[in-house]
Amino acid sequence: MQYAILCYHDEKVTCAWSKEEDDAVMVKLGVVMERLTRQGKLGPVARLLPTTAATTLRKDREPGLVIDGPFAETKEQLLGFYIVDCADLDEVLGIARELGQANPGGAYEIRPVGVFFDTPKAVS
Amino acid sequence: MSESAWIGAVLTAARPRAVAALLRYFRNLDMADEAFQEASLRALRTWPKNGPPRDAAAWLIMVGRNAGIDAVRRTSKQDPLPPEEVISDLTDVEAATVEQIDSADYRDDILRLLFTCCHPELPATQQIALALRIVSGLSVKQIARAFLVGEAAMEQRITRAKARVADARVAFETPGAADRAERVAAVAAMIYLVFNEGYTTNVFEQGVKATLCEEAIRLARLLLGLYPTEPEIMGLAALLLLQHARAAARFDPDGSAVLLDDQDRTRWNRTQIAEGLALIDKAVRHRRPGPYQVQAAIAGLHARAVRATDTDWGEIELLYGTLERMQPSPVITLNRSVAVSKARGPAPALAMIEPLAGKLASYFYFHGARGAFLMELGREPEARIAFDRAIALANTPAEAAHIRLQIDRLTAIDQGHARRSSQVRDLGTPDLGKDG
Repeated sequence: MQYAILCYHDEKVTCAWSKEEDDAVMVKLGVVMERLTRQGKLGPVARLLPTTAATTLRKDREPGLVIDGPFAETKEQLLGFYIVDCADLDEVLGIARELGQANPGGAYEIRPVGVFFDTPKAVS
Repeated sequence: MSESAWIGAVLTAARPRAVAALLRYFRNLDMADEAFQEASLRALRTWPKNGPPRDAAAWLIMVGRNAGIDAVRRTSKQDPLPPEEVISDLTDVEAATVEQIDSADYRDDILRLLFTCCHPELPATQQIALALRIVSGLSVKQIARAFLVGEAAMEQRITRAKARVADARVAFETPGAADRAERVAAVAAMIYLVFNEGYTTNVFEQGVKATLCEEAIRLARLLLGLYPTEPEIMGLAALLLLQHARAAARFDPDGSAVLLDDQDRTRWNRTQIAEGLALIDKAVRHRRPGPYQVQAAIAGLHARAVRATDTDWGEIELLYGTLERMQPSPVITLNRSVAVSKARGPAPALAMIEPLAGKLASYFYFHGARGAFLMELGREPEARIAFDRAIALANTPAEAAHIRLQIDRLTAIDQGHARRSSQVRDLGTPDLGKDG
């Protein structure tokens, strides 16, 4: 069974970490991740950029509405995510619209990925 | 991360919101700041024992408010004329619980705090110092070090700023819609100045000055959080991130400034570049370009080029043209000429800057760029005169050293050791295309 572990924290706090503090956290996480990789238990890991870099596509209307900022509603739940490799925001929005037409309702929050570890062999 | 470092980060993160709310209660920067400091001390005492509160900012506002009221009461006992206007807000403050602070209050509070620090009556140097002290919470010592001035001088600058703000009572009102755009622009300009103060550095001071760049980025994110749909604020944040991303590559092991073209691009911070580029993409969608967006777009084109030779100089030339129309200035024209020389050769670049000779007569970069164009055109004697003039105007030893390198090249050409077609590197201009 595969599980997603979703990370929540106050980004104002994590952005207030000094580079040394941030690096120290990443080193400690790296130790755990390395072991999990050896055990073949770890899939892709992504660290997302701050929500100020986010854009949201509301797909509960036609055409969908693009809004600056993260998805801030609380009545919907996080049900899944995609990782896509695109040249720019327009391309991602195009893909999101296409997905939204296949599955209208709710919203997609588009967040650039800051750090990405792809360990595809681990989960197979 | 140690406990104190962890609590320190939480206090830093909560600070703008908490100090801003305390400013609303006390209408006095010193009182708000002292109340926050008292609350922080109590946090350091109690959080390790009791665990952190769920909403750190709300906790700090509540504790700070009570500490501030106590301080006012203590003072009033000693003072025959209690400063009642100072605590005029207390009745509704007592009635309102901190939990009721909703996001609208929070937004207005932080705006009031930023507007206060960037009050039009304060000169830019005081705005910067006040914002770093009050909003970012840097100590006077830290700010003094970053500005390379004595602690006493910086203390005095901040005290003067606070006194001016206290005199200008209007500062604590939240401005109306018409004033607001202007005041937001003033805050953005202050943030940009903080960044530039940190970015203008040599290798020895880069460490202490990096604090200013990081604070500027934090302030830009804060402002963007308040104006999430404002493309110029996106542009500002992007510009700062894209420039700061190059920090690790700006100086060589000997401490000399490395020009953009020669920087080891693998040392650029890819995460900051990704965030900057994402913000440019968001801003462009609004189709309301502005100077920060255009400058960010120029920095973005440099960031996208894996090698210096991949740089899209044609697009950079166009963007400088746009910037020139927005903010006509001979310095921007000079920057555009560097892009022109890269995209279309030295002849049109030289023709562009010749008319600026009067305005930029005492400007180091003008003579450096002119010399480089002339050298590339094979007009060595004229190039030598331009370089000599540049050396005389150099502001730093690194600038002079760079020109000397160019003169050495000229000498080599004279001696026939190098061909006219030998690679000529531009002299950086003080824009995004240049580091160090």
